[in-house]
Amino acid sequence: MAIVSQVIGIDIGSVGAKGVLFDGSIAASAIVPTGWDMKETSRSLLSSLAGGKDVTALPLVATGYGRNAVEGARRTMTEITCHARGVRFLHGEARTVLDIGGQDSKVIGLDRSGKVVDFAMNDRCAAGTGRFLQMMAHRLDYSLDDVKALSCDGEVQPLTSMCAVFAETEVVAHIARGVPREALLRGILRAIAARAAAMVTKTGLTEPLFFSGGLSRIGSLATLIGRELKTEVAVHGRSPLAGAIGAALIAWEER
Amino acid sequence: MGPIAAIVDEVRRHRDDGILQIKEAHEKGIPIVGTYCGYMPWEIIDAAGAIAVSLCAKSDEAIPAAEEHLPRNLCPLVKSSYGHALRGSCPYFHFCDLIVAETTCDGKKKMYELLDRIKPVHLVQIPQRQDRPEDLALMKSEFNRVCRRLETLTGRPVTDEALAASVALRNRERRGLRALWDLSRRDNPPLTGWEVQEITDYIQYHFDKKQALVWLEGVTETLRQTEPERDLSAKPRVLVTGCPIGGVMKTLKTLEESGALVVCFENCGGQKEPLKAVDEAKDVMGALAEKYLTIGCSVMSPNPHRMEALERLIDEYDVDGVVEIVLTACHTYAIESHSIRERVQSLGKRYLAVGTDYSPGDREQLATRMGAFVEML
Ligand code: SF4
Ligand code: SF4
Repeated sequence: MAIVSQVIGIDIGSVGAKGVLFDGSIAASAIVPTGWDMKETSRSLLSSLAGGKDVTALPLVATGYGRNAVEGARRTMTEITCHARGVRFLHGEARTVLDIGGQDSKVIGLDRSGKVVDFAMNDRCAAGTGRFLQMMAHRLDYSLDDVKALSCDGEVQPLTSMCAVFAETEVVAHIARGVPREALLRGILRAIAARAAAMVTKTGLTEPLFFSGGLSRIGSLATLIGRELKTEVAVHGRSPLAGAIGAALIAWEER
Repeated sequence: MGPIAAIVDEVRRHRDDGILQIKEAHEKGIPIVGTYCGYMPWEIIDAAGAIAVSLCAKSDEAIPAAEEHLPRNLCPLVKSSYGHALRGSCPYFHFCDLIVAETTCDGKKKMYELLDRIKPVHLVQIPQRQDRPEDLALMKSEFNRVCRRLETLTGRPVTDEALAASVALRNRERRGLRALWDLSRRDNPPLTGWEVQEITDYIQYHFDKKQALVWLEGVTETLRQTEPERDLSAKPRVLVTGCPIGGVMKTLKTLEESGALVVCFENCGGQKEPLKAVDEAKDVMGALAEKYLTIGCSVMSPNPHRMEALERLIDEYDVDGVVEIVLTACHTYAIESHSIRERVQSLGKRYLAVGTDYSPGDREQLATRMGAFVEML
């Protein structure tokens, strides 16, 4: 048998699809939006990873919500397992993972060796997810860069509802009353942080805590979560790729 | 077809026999008594000369009808049961002469007030504690009231002799079911959890008890002596606990499709009621009250019997992980799941709580949770 020197991990999430070409380290990576046709999404992901070469023979493990739509996958694994593996690749000591993505959020508990021992997921309502923040920021006429640039210290207008629909009504009412936009945005971020912290506490926090997913790019949110939980919060620029990295690691081991 | 497949096939072909049996019994003038809960004494209904039938509804199609009277944010089991009664779409309910219901959870208890407008309901006051003399005294006096109520329905007295005979029969069923379930204690069980549920359901909806038990005992013996056609020994072994799963069989299906083998059901429909038999050496009404009072349901506070049963079953069935099914808006099981999680994890076993309802909309989410859980084992 030929020695396999490269493998692929693919993570089809509900918002974005990610792929990693792995050869012992990350040789290439790609992120594309998840379209209507997940088969098509995975094909375009593969071709951007391949960079013109033929990768169809490489071992491939698929994960994420669209994992069963990926053609040619040797096996599929859930995003919980793959995400955990990927996080440990990025941060070798992580024991608790908080992941907030576009549509869902999850907490994963790991043992010393990195094995998943517990997890909790919210994938049924938008409350506290990237989607929620996007809706609220849009109401306030803020871009993602504006949100990232916000300092978490300053005037805060607390938000009482975390239901995306009610929260939007509340935000509109505050705008009408003339509450400053920054104060509202801080209130929104605090509400997301409080919810995330509660989810972590419920599953059980073992340090160190690693924060991943799209929302981990917002520094002030990571700070607020750390304050709520009274702990350091580790983040990593490549954490959106964690699921795909984990899938690739599994393919690598089984190659 | 091998013997195991043949048994499962036979059960599938006879799935609806129970409805015909109830219809025939009704036509012969035998009173039919509906129940909704494990705390209801089957023996008293049987000894009175009536047929007891469990009415807990399992489908979501009657829920919209129920929501015309009931709040949306209510347990689907309660809504579905009421909806079927309201629409007349449950054949078992249709043939019932009386409902013997109970004060367990708030949802059911208040739903029964409305149900009473459709069919006569006799409400049994179940104590909320199990350990004091007055709890047992209440259970006993309530069971006596059930006897009197049934006597007026059937026109014949509930004698101690008849009760003793019913107790013996029901104990035989408890032993029979547990012997079948015990086959899953093996390293390579003959049946999947899904198949165990099918056979169990068949027995519980077969109203010629003696005939059903002869069949069950024969089948268990066959399974005991047959070399299994499949090798299930490498699968992670899971115990299911929590709310009744009759209406959310999708959870069991997804769990086993994800690679687990369910070797034990602690919930209602599984071990919860049959785990302990009625003591045949004692005064029969006292023994009945005592047995039923010790059922470990989350409506009790405190609820030590569930913890004890869980610990015992986790050990006996050599379980790797526990999955708790919590129906939407079932507060008692949802709250208790916190202590169950702690206890299960303290035993070094993995634990997953899954919230769900009767609608098919959460298949993907279930597949991810169950799949991740199985990958964890
Ligand atoms: S779970 Fe509790 S309330 Fe529900 S049927 Fe069983 S014993 Fe009765
Ligand atoms: S599942 Fe819970 S809420 Fe539903 S009937 Fe049973 S005890 Fe009541």
